[in-house]
Amino acid sequence: MADRYSFSLTTFSPSGKLVQIEYALNAVAQGVTSIGIKATNGVVIATEKKTGSALVDDTTVEKVVMICSNIGVVYSGMGPDARVLVDRARKAAQEYKRIYNVEPPTSVLVKEVASIMQEFTQSGGVRPFGVSLLMAGFDEAGPALYQIDPSGSFFAWKATAIGKNMINAKTFLEKRFTSSMEIEDAVHTAILTLKEGFEGAMTDSSLEIGIATMETTINSHGVPTKTGTFRRLRPAEIKDYLANIA
Amino acid sequence: MSIMQYNGGCLVGMKGKNCVAIASDRRFGVQALGLSTNFQRMFSVNNRLYYGLAGLGTDVQTLSEKFRMSVNMYNLKEERDIAPTTFASLVSSTLYERRFGPYFSEPVIVGLEKDDTPFICAMDLIGCINFAKDFVVTGTSSEQLYGMCEALWEPDLEPEDLFETISQAMLNAVDRDALSGWGAVVHVITPTQVITRTLKGRMD
Repeated sequence: MADRYSFSLTTFSPSGKLVQIEYALNAVAQGVTSIGIKATNGVVIATEKKTGSALVDDTTVEKVVMICSNIGVVYSGMGPDARVLVDRARKAAQEYKRIYNVEPPTSVLVKEVASIMQEFTQSGGVRPFGVSLLMAGFDEAGPALYQIDPSGSFFAWKATAIGKNMINAKTFLEKRFTSSMEIEDAVHTAILTLKEGFEGAMTDSSLEIGIATMETTINSHGVPTKTGTFRRLRPAEIKDYLANIA
Repeated sequence: MSIMQYNGGCLVGMKGKNCVAIASDRRFGVQALGLSTNFQRMFSVNNRLYYGLAGLGTDVQTLSEKFRMSVNMYNLKEERDIAPTTFASLVSSTLYERRFGPYFSEPVIVGLEKDDTPFICAMDLIGCINFAKDFVVTGTSSEQLYGMCEALWEPDLEPEDLFETISQAMLNAVDRDALSGWGAVVHVITPTQVITRTLKGRMD
């Protein structure tokens, strides 16, 4: 008994394109802009927290999320699709930890998530994810920033933007980015880049920023060690950065 | 008849000053009948990380092939060498996967970490790691090896002295065990090189 949905919905066009993936990229291009910048001592990812109305309780909205202790991610596109990927990425990171007892390096987790997104372009009865992810992490190889697209392709960036305002934002970044930037300059530049296309007022509750840096933490033996750590900036910290913009 | 005493064999690992050493005997037999005088129990992961497996011979061979595959995949995926602590966790989780039908083999792992700090550990057959500070032993003559190591080992031995210490511990321990011996091999790992020596021992 042939299952009606056992074949792939993502099929080739005569010109050799996968139009479903092109359309997925269109969905991403409609999404709220997200920025990522890699500095010498860390990575910053940021986005605008755009809520439909002032009545929405925006303290519950989380667009910049931690995947594991050294890796975080921000998305542009369909929120629910991003949630699914965040769950799968978190699980993949913990499964890696079960085997090796260490956090996965950014490049390894990126490959894992990219291969999940690719699965949905070649499986029966499913559609591609309508999100692009910016994954930021700090591991033994240093800071890393990757973009992962609905097709499953991934790119390492020094600085990039995805979503609605990506073309202007990338032009802005091309002018502003220097390879000797440190993390504070990178956060400052990220906020300035977002400001270009910001809809509404820029406040500490309408901006979400996450940074991956080397922090000193206490390890399982009680010894302070330096490890790559991802965290979201607190509203008070965002406020300080915003005060420097004006 | 215990399955861990079916084939025989033993291993010892020791920490020295910026070096580590691992030694094994070479006997392979079926209970009282000795069959081989050159059975390989020690394997290299890379030139800074070695491990050995004692216990049932078939599991020694199968596990070494499994670990070779896992490490090759790791090297290809991560584009870097595996660290000793990470490899130890990999071995531990591989053994624990078979918690209720285990591999009858107990590993010893020795190596140098990225900053050249010596690392040794041993595990039981279901993956409980013993991160030792001085020496680790496993196999049919583990009790004898414990005694020899406790008596002979001291901290911060130079590579040449570590070699002498580990060799005497191995040779004298296996002489008190019917199922171990028939030759011995020692690897001494330093930041610059690995020195492998075959020991001349009693072949009875």
